[in-house]
Amino acid sequence: MEKWEGWLKIRYESELDQDFAGEIASVPGADKLFTCIQCGTCSGMCPLSPFMDYTPRQIIAMIRAGFKGEVLSSYTTWLCASCYSCTVECPKDIKLTDIMYAAKRLAIREGAYPKRFPIPVLANEFFKSVEDTGRSNEGRVLIKLYLKTKPLNMLKQATLGLKLMLRGRFSLKKEQVQGRDGLHRMMKFLEKEHMVKTKANSIAQKEAAV
Amino acid sequence: MSYIYYPGCSLKGTGRAYEESLLAVFKALELELEELHDWNCCGATSYMSVSELKAFALCARNFALAEKQAKKSGTTDLVVPCAACYLGLNKAKKYLDQYPDIRTKVDQALATANLSYNDNIRIRHPLDVLVNDIKREDITAKVKRPLNGLNVACYYGCQIVRPYAEFDDQENPQSMNVLVRALGAATVDWPLKTRCCGGSLTGTVQSVGQQLSYFLLREAIRRGADVIVTACPLCQFNLECYQNEMSGRFDAPVHIPVLYFTQLMGIALGIGDRELALQRLFVPFKPKAIMRQVAGGANVGN
Repeated sequence: MEKWEGWLKIRYESELDQDFAGEIASVPGADKLFTCIQCGTCSGMCPLSPFMDYTPRQIIAMIRAGFKGEVLSSYTTWLCASCYSCTVECPKDIKLTDIMYAAKRLAIREGAYPKRFPIPVLANEFFKSVEDTGRSNEGRVLIKLYLKTKPLNMLKQATLGLKLMLRGRFSLKKEQVQGRDGLHRMMKFLEKEHMVKTKANSIAQKEAAV
Repeated sequence: MSYIYYPGCSLKGTGRAYEESLLAVFKALELELEELHDWNCCGATSYMSVSELKAFALCARNFALAEKQAKKSGTTDLVVPCAACYLGLNKAKKYLDQYPDIRTKVDQALATANLSYNDNIRIRHPLDVLVNDIKREDITAKVKRPLNGLNVACYYGCQIVRPYAEFDDQENPQSMNVLVRALGAATVDWPLKTRCCGGSLTGTVQSVGQQLSYFLLREAIRRGADVIVTACPLCQFNLECYQNEMSGRFDAPVHIPVLYFTQLMGIALGIGDRELALQRLFVPFKPKAIMRQVAGGANVGN
């Protein structure tokens, strides 16, 4: 975590985004958001909550109240490692992991994610690599990640890379599917189809083009 | 019995030893695996963070290809060893089934590549196959080097049993423990067996990711494990490859071999070390030496 952002801020209702909860809840699997009883089981189960700026329970409350800016720029959603402990244990069957994903996607689409935080950068690089070749190229993606976030870390990781290479576990060879053209057509078709309709779609397309 | 095999990207890279040992073990147990032709990435967690529809479409392409192949091979079971792929494909299958909006768009996307998906695929984890498709006695009968005296911590990680798997319990899964005990080894009681290892955080926010892996290792060692076995390439990587760094970063040093469960099975079935890719490990596991140590040499075969 790069800096401490302080506890939940007080906001006037007029400053909150009244559409935010609806936007998130429209995502398949996120519709039970409004049934949350704020019991905190999710935060208790979450192995990452001690490291988060807002706990999962707080995030749900904030989404419902309309703290859009805070949620989309939080570290919490990105620290979620998709272990599904909260989803499995939630007494109201709320799919918290899906809600975290919905917030991540919106943050990427609107460019609101914490800049230079390595996790969204990794997600973007991984995404681009797979969209291009149909397969993930671990080595190439990691190098791009380090170049874009902490170039000095690459030196620290060099020994690890070398040890992996010696054991045949690391390669920079480009893996790709044969049916690449078909895959590209599929992805192009879905380009404009977002599960969440937002006014910021144009920003997303600009981002995707970069 | 035969299956279509979906390796996923990690099993061709950092997790090669998982593929190599899985193929060797399945062969020894007379289970046939035929690789899915032209499979693509499942999308993992990153894809879901950027575009949900595209993530589902990636999975659907694999289903469509598997259905095509099923016509020739006669099996509709898709065996998926990687935990992230297993979850991703299972999730896509469920969502394509439950949400017509997603299904319509994904079907249209598939059509642009002349593909179609008709719900004729079953997604299986190797643990599921080994526990439910063959008899336990058939495995024990093939054990050439019983692992008596070896204490094993079975690590399932998050994404195999949560939230979609039906073949095992979500809170206290047993399939891997059952298999390991069938080889003669003992399994240690280790409640962290489904707690998250940190996933890709070990590479992105290392202080946080490694903390999570460290908890697991320390507790496994404290509970007397000689070795940890796992069924996920990322878990194996996190728990094994950062042990030196973790020993420097946190209060107590950690040193324990971390194998794929298939490597341990292969050892018991008498398969050679190289075939099981034991040379790819960072923390060495030398079956002969270790078995001599834990069992006083009594059970060491060739």
